[in-house]
Amino acid sequence: MLELRNIFLQVDGESGEKVEILKNLNIDFQKGKVYAVTGPNGGGKTSIAKVIMGIYRQSQGQIYLEGEDISDLSVTERAQKGIGYAFQQPPRFKGITIQDVMSIASPGADLVRIRSFLRDVGLCPEDYLDRDLGTGLSGGEIKRIEMAQLLLRDPLISIFDEPEAGVDLWTIQKLLGLIVSRYKHNPNKTAVVITHNEKIIPICDEILVVDGGTIAAQGPPEKIWHLIKDDIECKVRNQCQGEVTYGVK
Amino acid sequence: MELNKLEMDLLKSITDLETVPSGALNIRLNGKAVMRQSSPNISVGPNDEGTGLKVEIKPGAVNETVHVPVVLTQPGLLDKVYNTFIVGEGADATIIAGCGIHNDSHAISRHDGIHEIIVKRGAKLKYTEKHYGEGSEQGKRILNPSTVITIESGAIAELEMVQIRGVNDTMRSTVAHIHEKGSLKIIERLLTQEEQRAESDIMIYLDGNGSNAQVISRAVAQGHSYQLFRAALIGKAPSVGHVECDAILMDSARIRSIPELQAEDADAVLTHEAAIGKIAGEQLIKLMSLGLTEQEAVNTILEGFLR
Ligand SMILES: Nc1ncnc2c1ncn2[C@@H]1O[C@H](COP(=O)(O)OP(=O)(O)O)[C@@H](O)[C@H]1O
Ligand SMILES: [Mg+2]
Repeated sequence: MLELRNIFLQVDGESGEKVEILKNLNIDFQKGKVYAVTGPNGGGKTSIAKVIMGIYRQSQGQIYLEGEDISDLSVTERAQKGIGYAFQQPPRFKGITIQDVMSIASPGADLVRIRSFLRDVGLCPEDYLDRDLGTGLSGGEIKRIEMAQLLLRDPLISIFDEPEAGVDLWTIQKLLGLIVSRYKHNPNKTAVVITHNEKIIPICDEILVVDGGTIAAQGPPEKIWHLIKDDIECKVRNQCQGEVTYGVK
Repeated sequence: MELNKLEMDLLKSITDLETVPSGALNIRLNGKAVMRQSSPNISVGPNDEGTGLKVEIKPGAVNETVHVPVVLTQPGLLDKVYNTFIVGEGADATIIAGCGIHNDSHAISRHDGIHEIIVKRGAKLKYTEKHYGEGSEQGKRILNPSTVITIESGAIAELEMVQIRGVNDTMRSTVAHIHEKGSLKIIERLLTQEEQRAESDIMIYLDGNGSNAQVISRAVAQGHSYQLFRAALIGKAPSVGHVECDAILMDSARIRSIPELQAEDADAVLTHEAAIGKIAGEQLIKLMSLGLTEQEAVNTILEGFLR
């Protein structure tokens, strides 16, 4: 479905020097699978998503969508071809309502459909449809709306960037579960969930651990989850001593 | 008298009216009143000096609307008018004003509207004024509205001013006096482009105990246009006032925003927020990731911002 080949990403550091954020990345996201992307903060997860969406431009390497080279396409063109990304930190808009943005996400979607997707992410449509995507919404509400847009859009590949962030503990599981259940047995689509959630990672089809701008470990949960989970936890908590190998080296 | 297609189109752009309404009304075309009618609760007539209009809404009358649009199609006309609006005690009324200019010539078309508005005790007023200009040649379209409004005790007024493109030059002055427990909200939405200039100068005197004022300005400046926004709150009594000015700057346009707070009473609570900036890159990218082109994303953001 979507292939990253020898992807490097450089950005300008604070004092003008080049900083390499992604280093020779090779990933093959397949149809019909749900991927969990995890790893410590600053590892490069969001950068991978942004390179796929075209928000960041890779300094080297190619990206293929269903065999077509999309490396030089704009964000708009990639969106139109079937790539979708739910932002880790979605921006706010003055004067644009939730109904407006849902209609932009899926042109032609009727109100019944829009309402049902809002309900799916735990938002009562009556209370939210006309609300502004401005400063009046909490971080958790903004994240749910972001997620509802992508679920409604339902592109070939959907990338959810830490959908749990800012969402209250009780509903995290439900939201993440919704993504997994919707895409787990969908033979034509791919879902990528960037998450730290220990209950969700093991029920995905494939785990990717991203650390230091590369894939530090990859495999199906039954093969690698027991090997990597302690390392991930200590990395996330910044308590590791010595080199972390995620049980693979 | 009937309005022709051009005149009717201009009328529609400033009032959203498809046909001439049946209620109280005054249509001023090229410096003359061409249609004028009163209704049982609203009298519409000439002022004592014969320089403009006097509109009076009867005390206690509710759900009343009066339209007072101005249309200019004759190039080179300098139109000046003095209008007085009195909203009677306890009344609840909507005044729909506005000016549409069509100028296909090289000459200047200009309308100066000088308004006095008195909102009597306990009355409620919603006043909207939309400006619209069009034309194919270099002839300038100039609008200089000036409004003095008095809000008597316990009265409420909301003024909404809208000018989206089309007007070359505008200098707006608004002065308000708010008495005890009176309340005023001013909303301005402005978009300038090319070489257009727009100035707005608002002075609000919070004269009475418990008076309250809110100014919300949303401005977009494109091309090489220039905008100057000044809003002063003068708190002379225990009162609450807030100015919020948000502007989006594009191309090589310039915006100057000068909020001023002047408190003469320790219990006057006056605040302002002002922000000028370009469209946030994150907002553009977000909308583009939903499939919009960059231009569509810009339009969507501006439309929302000015809504
Ligand atoms: N635009 C940028 N400019 C400079 N550094 C960046 C930029 N984007 C990301 N980074 C850096 O790249 C690294 C990876 O970031 P990110 O992809 O956001 O990680 P993750 O999502 O795994 O937490 C971090 O060190 C981050 O500070
Ligand atoms: Mg991230």
